[in-house]
Amino acid sequence: MSVAGHQPPPFFKRGPAPLARLTFFVIVSLVLLGVDLRYRYLETARQTVALITYPLQRASATPADFLREVGSYFTSVSALQSDNARLHLRQVEAAGVLLRQQQLEQENQRLRELLEMKERQSARGTIAEVLYSARDPFSRKVIIDKGSQQGIAAGQAVLDDVGVIGQVTRVFPLMSEVTLITDKDQAVPVQVARNGLRSVVFGAGGGALELRYLAANADVRPGDTLVTSGLDGIYLPGLPVARVTRVERDNVYSFARIVCEPAGGAEQHGMVLVLEKREAPLPPPPDDADKTEKPAKGKKR
Amino acid sequence: MQPTHSSSRILLPVKVWFIFFSLIAALFMNLVPTGRVPGVPDWVALALAFWCVREPFKVGMAAGFILGIIMDVANAAVMGQHALAYVLLAYGASTLSRRVLWFPFAIQALHVFPLFLATQIVVVAVRLLGGAEFPGWSYFLSSFAAALLWSPLTYVLLLPQYQPLEKDENRPI
Repeated sequence: MSVAGHQPPPFFKRGPAPLARLTFFVIVSLVLLGVDLRYRYLETARQTVALITYPLQRASATPADFLREVGSYFTSVSALQSDNARLHLRQVEAAGVLLRQQQLEQENQRLRELLEMKERQSARGTIAEVLYSARDPFSRKVIIDKGSQQGIAAGQAVLDDVGVIGQVTRVFPLMSEVTLITDKDQAVPVQVARNGLRSVVFGAGGGALELRYLAANADVRPGDTLVTSGLDGIYLPGLPVARVTRVERDNVYSFARIVCEPAGGAEQHGMVLVLEKREAPLPPPPDDADKTEKPAKGKKR
Repeated sequence: MQPTHSSSRILLPVKVWFIFFSLIAALFMNLVPTGRVPGVPDWVALALAFWCVREPFKVGMAAGFILGIIMDVANAAVMGQHALAYVLLAYGASTLSRRVLWFPFAIQALHVFPLFLATQIVVVAVRLLGGAEFPGWSYFLSSFAAALLWSPLTYVLLLPQYQPLEKDENRPI
């Protein structure tokens, strides 16, 4: 033992071998990855960690807030004046449309009553502020400052003053995560405003959008506006989503390649409107012809 | 216990609270919303690698795993993505720890640079397998930034351990 007059170093008190520890942690990480990517079982764990780190997150967002405040303080008066004048002009321009809109809405409601159609749901929502864009460079997400405490729920559509910017995908108690329409996994059902052609627009990376699966001879032109079709039961119909910038028709492929740019400032910060969850219209009651077919469906052929 | 590396002075023993504090500070720096600016180093990876090299018995894979989970949640990334990368980084840095401290700082940075790059490649591979979009080559710039920051960071993080400069004639070293 203490030949040299001191205790030998504790060789055997260091736990498992490094390689064993590495294997253990790698396996745990891989299991987490698989479970989260495929099944999304980890939302509660994520919420807990998010709540614990919330103070740290808010604290670290303050330098950016501070810089922004300082920047806005030093905005020159002339810039503010021109901004003000421009906004005033825009409001006057919009006033004409808005004044007529009220009358049109009433007229629309009367006509719908006459036709016995279901009333359109009016757009109500919560105003939220974009805190920051998530640092994950593989997806396009932003964090907003309203969460489940303020009644935000996953699936709500998010707009800015020009158009749709995304959808709430994850809700934490005090903030929520919005996946932008430019994200690769985000799809929005749209129709071309000019002719009502329906399709789905996908994020294409690099801040662009892509209209996929439209035939090469589809009637889409550069400059067309895409608005939500409302077929998904999430987005209200008629909200501007994107503008077509380029249409490539190649006979080799059966689909046209249509590139669009988002209408709203999807990649910019600011105030956004989180629309209330849309109550999907109930399907019409099945009539007798459907009832006779139902047993055949149940057998699954 | 402190070996006399050619590149370092004789140091006071490290304080555990300072390690903890520096890792929290790194986490704080990582949460600063920089958006999509390329070349922003991953501060947590940097601090973790530093302590794994310096104190492999105090900071290791468990710390890497916990920090990784926190980063995953804060980044809104896939759960386990940073955890996996940081665990591998911690392992690599711990294996380097016996060798790398004998070199001057520039060579040390060259040693840890492949570690940072491998960390990023692991993250990219995991996400691409999960079906995400490729973030562009500029994503890897942050490894270069991290390697460049290695020697200033070493100085800052070792400051509390530097010996007082008073000379004592009776002390053998």
